[in-house]
Amino acid sequence: MDWHEDNVRNDVRKFLEANWDPNADLLEWRNKLIDAGWGMPSWPRRWYGLDMPQALQQIVAEEFAHVGAVTVARTGIRLLAAETLLAHGNDSQRERYLRKILTGEETWCQLFSEPGSGSDLAGSTTRAELQGDEWVINGQKVWTTSAHHADFGLLLARHDWDLPKHQGLSYFILNFHQEGVVVHPLKQMNGHASFNQVFFNDAKIPRNDQVGNDGDGWQIAMTTLMHERRNAGNIFTEGRARGAFTGSIYAQADAENKILLEPYTWYPQRAGRVDLAVPRAIETGAIDDPVARQEIAKLLIMSRCAEWTALRARAAQQQGQPQGPEGSLGKLAGSNIAKQAAKVHTLIAGVDAMTAGVDGPEQGIIAEILLSVPAISIAGGTDEIQRNIISERVLGMQKEPRMDTGPFKDVRKN
Amino acid sequence: MYAFTDEQLQLRDTVRRFMAERTSTKQTRELMESISGFDESLYRQLLAELGVGGIHVPEEYGGAGLSYEELAIVLEEMGRVLYPSPFFSSHVLATNALLLVGSPEQKAEWLPKIASGEVNATVAFYEDSNLRDLRNFQQTVQNGRFTGSKERVTDAFGANLIIVIAPDAVADRMPCFWLARCGRDADIRYEPTNSIDETRRIGEVGFYDVPVERLGDGGHTQQLYSQFIDFACVALANEMVGGAQWLLESAVEYANNRVQFGRPISSMQAIKHKCADLLLEVEFAKSAAYRAATAIAEGDSKLPEYASIAKAASNTAYMQAANDAIQIHGGIGFTWDNDTHLWYKRAKSSEVFFGTTEMHRETLMQRIDLAEGA
Ligand SMILES: Cc1cc2nc3c(=O)[nH]c(=O)nc-3n(C[C@H](O)[C@H](O)[C@H](O)COP(=O)(O)OP(=O)(O)OC[C@H]3O[C@@H](n4cnc5c(N)ncnc54)[C@H](O)[C@@H]3O)c2cc1C
Repeated sequence: MDWHEDNVRNDVRKFLEANWDPNADLLEWRNKLIDAGWGMPSWPRRWYGLDMPQALQQIVAEEFAHVGAVTVARTGIRLLAAETLLAHGNDSQRERYLRKILTGEETWCQLFSEPGSGSDLAGSTTRAELQGDEWVINGQKVWTTSAHHADFGLLLARHDWDLPKHQGLSYFILNFHQEGVVVHPLKQMNGHASFNQVFFNDAKIPRNDQVGNDGDGWQIAMTTLMHERRNAGNIFTEGRARGAFTGSIYAQADAENKILLEPYTWYPQRAGRVDLAVPRAIETGAIDDPVARQEIAKLLIMSRCAEWTALRARAAQQQGQPQGPEGSLGKLAGSNIAKQAAKVHTLIAGVDAMTAGVDGPEQGIIAEILLSVPAISIAGGTDEIQRNIISERVLGMQKEPRMDTGPFKDVRKN
Repeated sequence: MYAFTDEQLQLRDTVRRFMAERTSTKQTRELMESISGFDESLYRQLLAELGVGGIHVPEEYGGAGLSYEELAIVLEEMGRVLYPSPFFSSHVLATNALLLVGSPEQKAEWLPKIASGEVNATVAFYEDSNLRDLRNFQQTVQNGRFTGSKERVTDAFGANLIIVIAPDAVADRMPCFWLARCGRDADIRYEPTNSIDETRRIGEVGFYDVPVERLGDGGHTQQLYSQFIDFACVALANEMVGGAQWLLESAVEYANNRVQFGRPISSMQAIKHKCADLLLEVEFAKSAAYRAATAIAEGDSKLPEYASIAKAASNTAYMQAANDAIQIHGGIGFTWDNDTHLWYKRAKSSEVFFGTTEMHRETLMQRIDLAEGA
C-alpha cells in the first residue's frame, strides 16, 4: 500500500463516514475498528493493524477527533502489554490477549518492582518454579499501579538462582483471578492510592503464558520499559475526543474511563501542569513580578525545547532510525520540567501554596501538583537510572564496576 | 527543521570536512595573535569552494538561493571548531540588514559583492547607551551624516562597508539603517577592543561627519530592527550549539581516557550524570536553534518568541558545556595549552552578545503578554 498522507486521511474519513455511529455499542464499535485495522493502524496486518508507518498515526487521530469518534482502549499499561506480546509473544498469546486489550474488556498491570529490587530490577527474588505443566509463583511485588483493577499482569520472576542475575529471569502473563494472588492498595503522599502491593502464594501460571523462553525475562522487560519511557506522559490517553458530541456511546466510554482512569487522575499534576502557569500568573498578578517572570520564562523555554526535541526524535524515527535509549532523554526532560513547574506554581501562589483541597488555589489542584511532582523522577526508572542509561548507551561512557556478578544466590541482597 | 534533508546533511558534511581538513586550533591560536584575526586566503577558499557566501541570499542577488536553515547548518559547523572569520559579520549581520531593509537597487549593488567576498561588511549598532538595552539609541544621523562612536563592532578591521544603525535626528527615535562606505573620503577610525574571545574580533568604530546613505525607505523601522536582532540571535544560537556539541564530545572523550582510582573517570557517576544532563541541555538548545531557523525560512509569525527561546537555550547550554568541560578536564582544563578555554571564551562572549539569558526570558514574557493580551 502507498502510505501517503492524503490517502490515509481519505481512507480514515471514508471508514468513519460509513461506520461511525455515536449511538453504537462501545464493544461492538471497537471490535469493528479492530477488524478494520483503524484502532491500531501501525500494528501488523495480521494483528488488527494495517502496517501503517507510526508517523501517520497523527492523521488518523485527527480524523477521529474531527467527528468525535471513540477509538480502541489505550489507557494505562495495556498498550505496553500489547507491544511486548507483539514483539516477544507467541501467536496463541496474541490471539488470546490482544483483542481484549483493545476492546477494553481486560486490564493489565506491570509486576516488575519488588521491595528488594526497584532500580535494580534484575535483582528480582520472586520465585517461579515449573511444576508439571504449570509455573508456581511465590513472592511479592510493590508499587504496582492499577493492580486493584487488573485482570492480568506482566510478571518478571526468577526461575534459576544459580545463573548470574540477569540470566535467571523469565517473563510471564499472570492471571489475577485466582486465590494465590492478593492485592493491597498503598496510600501515597498525595492521598491517592493508585499503586499496590501484590502477594503471590503458590499463584499458578499455565505453561503457555510464559513469554519467550527461560532466561529471556530481562530482555523482554527492557522492551516493555522502552515503550514505557517513550510513552511517559500519554499513558492515560483517553482515546476519545473532547467536544460537543452527543451519543449513547459516550456514556459507555465515560463509565469505562471513570474506572480505568481512576489511578491516573493525578498524573497530569505529576507532570507539573505547565498549561496553568501563564493563566494563573495573569490571574494572580504574579505576571508583574520580575522574579516570577524569569522562572515562568525558564519553564516555557524548557517545555518548548522538550516538545521540539521529541519532534526531532520522531522525525529521526520516520527516517528509519530505530527507537533507542533516547526515550530516557525525554523522561529526564519531563522530570526537569515538572520540578520547574512546581517551583513556578509555588512562586505564583505565594503563601497560598501551603493550602490544599477546597481551601487551596484551583480547588486544590496546585497542592496536588506540589505533592505529586516528586513521583515523576521515580516512577518508570529514576532520574539517576536515566542518567546512567544516557551516559552509557547514548554517550558511550564506561560502566561502573559491578559487585553483583556470579551466581545470583551468592549476590548480596536487601 | 525537525529532520534534515539529504541535501542539508550533505552540506553539513562538506562544511565539516572542510573545517576538519583545513583548520585547527593550532592555526586558530596563531590567528588570535594577528590583527585581522583570520586567514584571508583560507576564507576565500571557503567562499569559492563551498559556495557558502550569501547562502540564504536569492540567486538574483548573487547568492546560493537557499534558506536560513542552510545558513544555520554552516554556522553550526563553524561554531563547532570556532572558525575565525568575518563570515558572521558579512554573511549574517550585514547580509540580513540588506535583505530585510535594502531597496532592490541597494541589494543589487551590495549583496553580490558580499556573497563573493569582494566586499567585507559589518553592522554597527551598540553604543554606550544601549549596551544593556538594545533599543536605546542616543547618537543620531543628521542631514545624511553621522558622527558618533559605535562599540563591540565585529570584524570592522578591513571592512569595506559598515551598516550603521541609528535614529534619524529629524524623525522619531526609531532606529534606522544606514550605509557607510569605508574609503578615503570617509573619516572612520577603528580601534580594536580587547575581547575575552580572541577568536572573534571586536572594536570601537568612530565616525566623524561621515556621509551615510539610508538603507531602504525608512518605513517600519522598529519592526525591521527587531527582526534584524531576531535573525542575528537565531544565527548566533546555531553557531553556539555547534560549539556546545564540540565541548560535550571532548569532555566525554577525555573522561573515557582519563584513569583515576584504577578506572576511567567516565565510569564515575558524578561525571556520567553531568554529561547526561549536559546532553539534554545541548539537545534542547539544538532543537530551539533549528526550530527558530525554520521559522525564519518559513516566515513564521512566531519568530520573535522562537528567537528568544533559541538564544536563551543556547546561552544556558553553551555555558553549562563550557563549565562542565573544564571541570571534567580537571587542572589541565584550566591551562592555556589545553583548548577548552578557547570554547569557554567563545561561550562567554556569545552568551552576552545580542542579549543575555535573563534578557531573553523577559523578552519572551513580553512577547507572550502581547499574545495573551495581559
Ligand atoms: C507513582 C509510581 C508508580 C509506579 N508504578 C509501578 C508499576 O506499575 N509497576 C512497577 O513494577 N513499578 C512501579 N513503580 C516503581 C518504580 O519503578 C520504582 O519505585 C523505581 O524504579 C525505583 O525503585 P525503588 O523504589 O526500589 O528505589 P531504589 O532503587 O531503592 O532507589 C533509591 C534511590 O537510589 C538511587 N539509585 C539506585 N540505584 C542507583 C544507581 N545504580 N545509580 C545511581 N543511583 C541509584 C535511585 O535513583 C533512588 O534515588 C512505581 C513507582 C511510583 C512512584
